[in-house]
Amino acid sequence: MYDLLVILIPVFPLLAVLINGLAGHRYSHHVAYRLACGSVGLSFLCSVAVFATTLRTGITREVVAYTWIFGGDLVVNLAFLIDPLTCVMLLVVTGVGLLIHLYSIGYMHGEEGFTRFFTYMNLFMVSMLLLVMGNNYLVLFIGWEGVGLCSYLLIGYYYDRVSAAKAATKAFVMNRIGDAGFLLAIFLVFVNFGTLDYTEVFARAGELSTATATAIALCLLIGAVGKSAQVPLYTWLPDAMEGPTPVSALIHAATMVTAGVYMIVRNHAIFDMAPVAMTTVAWVGGITALFAATIGLVQNDIKRVLAYSTVSQLGYMFLACGIGAYTAAIFHLMTHAFFKALLFLAAGSVIHALSGEQDIRKMGGLKARIPMTHALFLVGTLAIAGIFPLAGFWSKDEIMAHAFTHGHYALYAMAVLGALLTSFYMFRLTYLTFYGQSRVEPHVAGHIHESPGIMIKPLLVLAVLSVIGGFPGVPPEEGWFHHFLDPVTVGVLSGAAHQGATHPIVLLMVVATVIALAGWGLAHFLYSARPEAASQWAARAPAAYRTLFNKYYIDEAYDAAFVEPAKRVGRIWDWFDRTVIDGLVRGVGGMTQGGSALSTWMEKYIIYGSINVLGYANHLTARSWRRLQTGMVHHYAAIIVAGLFILLHLILLW
Amino acid sequence: MVPLSYYVILSAVVFITGVVGVLIRRNIIIILLSIELMLNATNINFVAFSHYFQNIAGQVFVFFALTVAASEVAVGLAIIIALYRSKSTINVDEFQLLKW
Amino acid sequence: MTLPLGDLVAIIPELIVATVACLVLVLDPITPPSRTHWLAWLSVASLVACFGITVSRMDATVTAFSDLMILDPYAGYWKLLLYVVTALTILLSLAYLRVERIHLGEYYGLILLSLAGMMIMVSAADLLVIYLGTELMSLSLYVLAGFKRFEVRSLEASAKYFVLGSFSSGILLYGISLLFGVAGSTRLSAIAAAVGTHGLDDPALLFAMILLVVGFGFKIAVVPFHMWTPDVYEGSPTSVTAFMAVASKAASFAAFLRVFLEGLGGLREKWYALFLVICVATLILGNVVAIVQTNIKRMLAYSSIAHAGYALIGVVVAGQAAADNETRALGLSSVMLYLAMYAFMTFGAFAVVALLRKGGLEGEEIEDFTGLAKRQPLAALLMLVFMVSLAGIPPTAGFIGKLYVFMAAVNAGLTWLAVVAVLLTAVSAYYYLRVVMVMYMREPDPSAGLVSRLTTSPALTLVLASAFAGVILLGLFPDPLVSITTSAVLPFK
Repeated sequence: MYDLLVILIPVFPLLAVLINGLAGHRYSHHVAYRLACGSVGLSFLCSVAVFATTLRTGITREVVAYTWIFGGDLVVNLAFLIDPLTCVMLLVVTGVGLLIHLYSIGYMHGEEGFTRFFTYMNLFMVSMLLLVMGNNYLVLFIGWEGVGLCSYLLIGYYYDRVSAAKAATKAFVMNRIGDAGFLLAIFLVFVNFGTLDYTEVFARAGELSTATATAIALCLLIGAVGKSAQVPLYTWLPDAMEGPTPVSALIHAATMVTAGVYMIVRNHAIFDMAPVAMTTVAWVGGITALFAATIGLVQNDIKRVLAYSTVSQLGYMFLACGIGAYTAAIFHLMTHAFFKALLFLAAGSVIHALSGEQDIRKMGGLKARIPMTHALFLVGTLAIAGIFPLAGFWSKDEIMAHAFTHGHYALYAMAVLGALLTSFYMFRLTYLTFYGQSRVEPHVAGHIHESPGIMIKPLLVLAVLSVIGGFPGVPPEEGWFHHFLDPVTVGVLSGAAHQGATHPIVLLMVVATVIALAGWGLAHFLYSARPEAASQWAARAPAAYRTLFNKYYIDEAYDAAFVEPAKRVGRIWDWFDRTVIDGLVRGVGGMTQGGSALSTWMEKYIIYGSINVLGYANHLTARSWRRLQTGMVHHYAAIIVAGLFILLHLILLW
Repeated sequence: MVPLSYYVILSAVVFITGVVGVLIRRNIIIILLSIELMLNATNINFVAFSHYFQNIAGQVFVFFALTVAASEVAVGLAIIIALYRSKSTINVDEFQLLKW
Repeated sequence: MTLPLGDLVAIIPELIVATVACLVLVLDPITPPSRTHWLAWLSVASLVACFGITVSRMDATVTAFSDLMILDPYAGYWKLLLYVVTALTILLSLAYLRVERIHLGEYYGLILLSLAGMMIMVSAADLLVIYLGTELMSLSLYVLAGFKRFEVRSLEASAKYFVLGSFSSGILLYGISLLFGVAGSTRLSAIAAAVGTHGLDDPALLFAMILLVVGFGFKIAVVPFHMWTPDVYEGSPTSVTAFMAVASKAASFAAFLRVFLEGLGGLREKWYALFLVICVATLILGNVVAIVQTNIKRMLAYSSIAHAGYALIGVVVAGQAAADNETRALGLSSVMLYLAMYAFMTFGAFAVVALLRKGGLEGEEIEDFTGLAKRQPLAALLMLVFMVSLAGIPPTAGFIGKLYVFMAAVNAGLTWLAVVAVLLTAVSAYYYLRVVMVMYMREPDPSAGLVSRLTTSPALTLVLASAFAGVILLGLFPDPLVSITTSAVLPFK
């Protein structure tokens, strides 16, 4: 019974995918969304039941759904591991997922491809559930690839926009870079342990040498960095905002992008063995947290600000992982899912009200027009800014406190500065959107309307969660949440985590609150009290402003450093392949036209064959990159002979 | 008694002549003939080795090689005729619709 | 004189295929043009019979014709794969030839003759027989490549394939003659013995080996012997392209592995390095050049070059001199597995290309797929699955195949090679997903005035369903196939 319950969690959305995907065009949207939301709802209920059982018994269970035999010594089960960590992730994924599905009914109403949208969303749920529930690396990897594919399809949902298709490709390729690292880590695990099952791998993780553990951990980190949009692979996430807003909320804020954090926490047994990798994780997180926050300061697209804030908050989670505060990382993951989903959906509600406008310079004064959305957005802002006692305060403070009490002062300083910036740019966003003079374009202004109930109700739930979501983790490091997760997250490093002194923690809380309030105050001063000051400040440091506004020119740098050369290499290869070495061809051609005697042919052949061809193979200078695949038979035959000579050369050299 | 190495060198020369012919001649029929030269070079080899080992199998191989060569020519000429009908040329350099 | 009855019994499948091929050729002139599909069904029926016979003989190892032929599980495995691919080709051609208005029954006869050549290749234990098999296969394919007699591109593909193909088989045959000179026989076992006595540094042996590498390298289309592939794949009728890309590659790999592991196994210290270089070059070139292609058949041609590179990883593992037999067997079985997976996804992709029409012409440009998801959701979905599988994303067959090959490499200590291959797999996602992007993320362009439409028929549905089922089922249930490949590997000595 219990096993069935577990298996049903991903099966419900899968059924919805199959039905909607295959027969969706035969019935109306009403049937489609009922199926889609209903399936997620059922998954959520099952998850709650599974969670309740785990809570009651405290037992970790493995449920085998399907034995995937590869033959040889490799047997991988499509099996699920139900432990406290999985339970938390399940509740977040299905719970937040359900709310976002419900919201989408209103948001996507009347869109073309409504059924397609829900099919992709459900497929995403299936993949994400596999990702968090799997009991081995392969299931994790399948989910990992699946969410990447769904993200790709959903970012490109508005396919009439060229930018959407570009963003989708960018996201997929960047993710694939990360995936390559992840796949290597899986190979390394298999080579070292001969199995891919978590239980066995983690039980024997202590046998690893530091070097091997570091190699595996760093490969895993590459995967996590790609998926969770950390420095240096973060640029796809802001672009991913081309997708519909519910997608941004579900995939690019609450669930998929946190997969990297989940993966690191899941593998903490390996990370604990590799101090170097841990330090790397911490610094990647710290740098991302601060770096993305600075970019968020000056962006003008409401969703892009939120996207950079997501990158920044994910940085906090990485930071937490890197200093061994795994529970804090998951805690922040959970609260972040609540308030960031809330913020995105509220932003969606704003966009909906303004008929698709996303530029905050064309908003302002919306508080009176859409009061409900305003209140919800404000709750989200307070939560993410870390105002006591909302959810974000507890989780973020715990990460910062852990960094401080464990002596990571530089990381602590970065985190505090990041928190100040977070508070500032979030309140800036709130002020520019809802307060002050209306800058809404006249033709839009007439249509401003509050969103329908189906969109507001899920937001209310998320708002409540954003307020109270932090209490399971109170008191810090000793809360109910921590005890629940203890069996999973306590490892070599984090074992000592629980005897933090109480006094500095209270002091640190005060500091955190002051910081958050300072950011708020600054934003109030610049964007509400003296609105002209902001542009004056920007004008005073134009270079800095421009650098931030252009996101440190990272995209341009990547284009110049990787994309363009890659394209150029592709073109050169193409050129190479389409055109034989000019000299060879022309020379041989000229000879033929002269109708030379056999002896001349031989001579030329030997010259070209042994000197040019080998020389060509040996130093591929730019000059040698010449006509190769003219479509002429001779050239192909010449290449075959050249290949023969190269092989001879190789054999002789070896 | 001619030593084995003479035959092998002869066959190598014929083979290389064939290869060079394929590489530099434009007329597809000449190319076909050059390929025949390559096949005949192998026949010289087979016969020479057959004699050297006093093993009749090598000479049997020659028949197989000849048969294959004959069918290759048959198919090849058919293709050439079809091509000539549509392009009115048998210069292989003119066949470059398919490239890049 | 007595008939070698036992020998004939051993090669019944080959005899059936060859006989039916001749029968089809004979019956063709007396069959009314509207009835040529009967010949196709006759061919498929003969394949089903052969399939049954080969399955029933899978476990036994029989030699025939004084060791010229060996019918072992290894050959049986490849034959089964070839039957399936050939049957799919014939079914695909049923629909394809009708829309191309080619009503010639000898097409099926040529396909079967080509298959007979392939079957001889995979179960030959003698270099000369292998040569005869490749020639039978290739001669039929030269003709098939030019089967659209009134289209210049098809003829050009045929001519190029013919010239380069006979050129490379000339090189192959010269290598065989040199090996005969070294060993005094062309039996693989005799050659293996000669390698043992002559040692590793005999120049004639090494030169002959290189000539064989060139000859087989051409057939399996690896760098730098790949140049013909894009041109020929693009110009040939799409059903023939699919057949060439899958069946001829599989059969050539089978013969190539047998020659190098059984005949020249003693030289593997030497050829190991060559294949390592060829493998890396093939992987890089195939994947990189595919990015800039605009014609989908050309793109798939480069993709097939890249996939030959992935399969070569397994060959390299099987050729490691230092590794134990178990590791090498894993490498060999990963090649066998990979090519089976590759067969289904590549065939499926070509089948979708074949059935797409743009007006009266083939929709061959990637741009022609624009907005396909809107117009033909099912075809787009199938193409999506095949592309995803080619890119190696789970839970499709392509992923399992790659996983096995990479596992074999890592297991044999070639981690760096796996790293290179994994990185290039990431690159490959770019060009495969471009097709998906064009299909799903762009509106159909009405201004072009050329509406792609689908040609459907029951046979075609069967083809697509089989390829789709192959890709998905082999992805979800690889176990049966894996156990077949592990039990069918060549014995290492």
